[in-house]
Amino acid sequence: MHNMKIESPSTQDSTPIVFSAEMIAEINSVIAMFPEGKSKSAIIRILHIVQTHYRWTSVPAMNAVAEILNIQPIEVYEVASFYTMFHLNPVGNYVFEVCRTGPCMIVGSDDIIAYIEEKLNVKVGGTTADGMFTLKTAECLGACGYAPVLQCQYKFHEHLTKEKVDEIIEAYRAAQFVN
Amino acid sequence: MAGRKLLIENVHIPGIETFDVYRKNGGYASVEKALKKMTPDEVVEEVKKSGLRGRGGAGFPTGMKWSFLAKPEGVPRYLVCNADESEPGTFKDRYLMEKIPHLLIEGMITSSYALGANVSYIYIRGEFMYILHILEKAIAEARANGMLGKNIMGSGYDLELVVAPGGGAYICGEETALLESLEGKRGNPRMKPPFPAVKGLWGCPTVVNNVETIAAVVPIVNNGGEEYAKIGIERSTGTKLISASGNLVRPGVYELEMGVSVEEFIYGDDYCRGIANGKRLKACIPGGSSVPILPAHLVTKTANGENRLMTYESLADGGFASGSMLGSGGFIVFDEDQCIVRNTYTFARFYAHESCGQCSPCREGTGWMEKVLHRLENGHGTMEDITLLEEINKKIEGNTICPLGDAAAWPVAAAIRHFREEFEWHVTHPAEAQTRNYGLIQPRVEEIKAL
Repeated sequence: MHNMKIESPSTQDSTPIVFSAEMIAEINSVIAMFPEGKSKSAIIRILHIVQTHYRWTSVPAMNAVAEILNIQPIEVYEVASFYTMFHLNPVGNYVFEVCRTGPCMIVGSDDIIAYIEEKLNVKVGGTTADGMFTLKTAECLGACGYAPVLQCQYKFHEHLTKEKVDEIIEAYRAAQFVN
Repeated sequence: MAGRKLLIENVHIPGIETFDVYRKNGGYASVEKALKKMTPDEVVEEVKKSGLRGRGGAGFPTGMKWSFLAKPEGVPRYLVCNADESEPGTFKDRYLMEKIPHLLIEGMITSSYALGANVSYIYIRGEFMYILHILEKAIAEARANGMLGKNIMGSGYDLELVVAPGGGAYICGEETALLESLEGKRGNPRMKPPFPAVKGLWGCPTVVNNVETIAAVVPIVNNGGEEYAKIGIERSTGTKLISASGNLVRPGVYELEMGVSVEEFIYGDDYCRGIANGKRLKACIPGGSSVPILPAHLVTKTANGENRLMTYESLADGGFASGSMLGSGGFIVFDEDQCIVRNTYTFARFYAHESCGQCSPCREGTGWMEKVLHRLENGHGTMEDITLLEEINKKIEGNTICPLGDAAAWPVAAAIRHFREEFEWHVTHPAEAQTRNYGLIQPRVEEIKAL
């Protein structure tokens, strides 16, 4: 699947990860949603939990997920690498994913992406020097009527203008990042 | 006249997202009626009579899909709601689930009862995580009020509802890829047959329906299938949610009775109120990015000069030569300043990004199309490139396990079919194409005759 993801998992740190008791409890509640013997179905939601906690999905974190689900680590890697929401490499505190597909493009998403690049002094795919923001593009986020659109940590920011982008960046800079 | 609304009529009632307000406004009546007064087969019969067709894009008759469900003894059956909503231009299900979540929960209960499912799933795209939380809250409320769990309303019927997120993959809107994903795997579509109705989730008989389809079961059961079928024209019965985007005065989600004219939908006061900034219409993709684009002169009229209507049949009038499809109702409108080559490129890039990679015609073909269109868009293309695109198209179409290949090929083919001059202009005027857009396209001689 060469097209869908260009990211390969980061191998920079292989120190094993131990999830907190709260995370384990949350993960177990997801596993309990599925019939006995079908716990693998919980994997995507577990990866969301992992990423919400660590901001990205590292190999040690995926190994820990494999252990909980009692499956091979590769079964987690192959899922995480298929779905674009999972960041397989370190990212900034906030990840901006700006939609660039047709309906957003025709109302100016290219300009918005260029503006964010300039404003944050970062190229698409990169992270700002202070580690605060990562800029990525996304394919259709399903908010075409409210375009241009970006998503940051599950939150949609819609009807984007340059002024609105300024406000969003300021708001995230001012917020205390809790994670 | 704005027409009847069967799904989102009540979205503006304050608190409608809560169980109490929803129930006070007639909510869960279909559950009460179905579970207390109807057999499961009678519910299926009403859905058949309604003429309801799948609202996710394919338009397959829902009642017929339901009747294909295998019912072997001792094997669980599943209803899975497709809330992946990933077709570019489509955002109606998000609106429905966010504004009136109990309508989907109610539809799930009534439909699950009809199909004999005791556990049902809502698979929602991961980007809509906030809606997953809205749905889980609604499910908890429904359960607390005896609408889910054991012995619902004293009927002896049991049902559990589970919401599961995806992780960002267009392909998971394809029903077999969705099932793979729901099983915790990569979203690679399955070979069919066997169809999900025979071997679906975990190898059990499964029906996969779109959010809007399941929501439509509520008014169908409440008022009867025949009443529902009275709305609309021919085989396009009932109401349809349309997601309108692009260069419109008032983009957004609209519920309309099937049969409203395209002209009224684009320009009417009750709907989109025309093209933004006083510009003229250049083109329209009426059913999501996978369906053929239409040039202005074929948007409001068919090639025969008849008014084009918002129905499955009318939008498809003329086949792919001069028509398109209603699809998912993702209605994307382009004004005179838009570049069709650039738009086609963004969609080709989208499909190349989203191809799962199983079938070589799609995996390689979508990548080629993206590269060739990038060349054309950036002034490095040749006339042969246009022919090459048509060739690649023919090699993808019909040669893949799932319809993503067709979905990638059709928009490119249609853009070249209707806007060839604009593609050629990018080749002959590469520098100019970087500084301005081509503008409106003139109807071709043979088309003028038809008009």
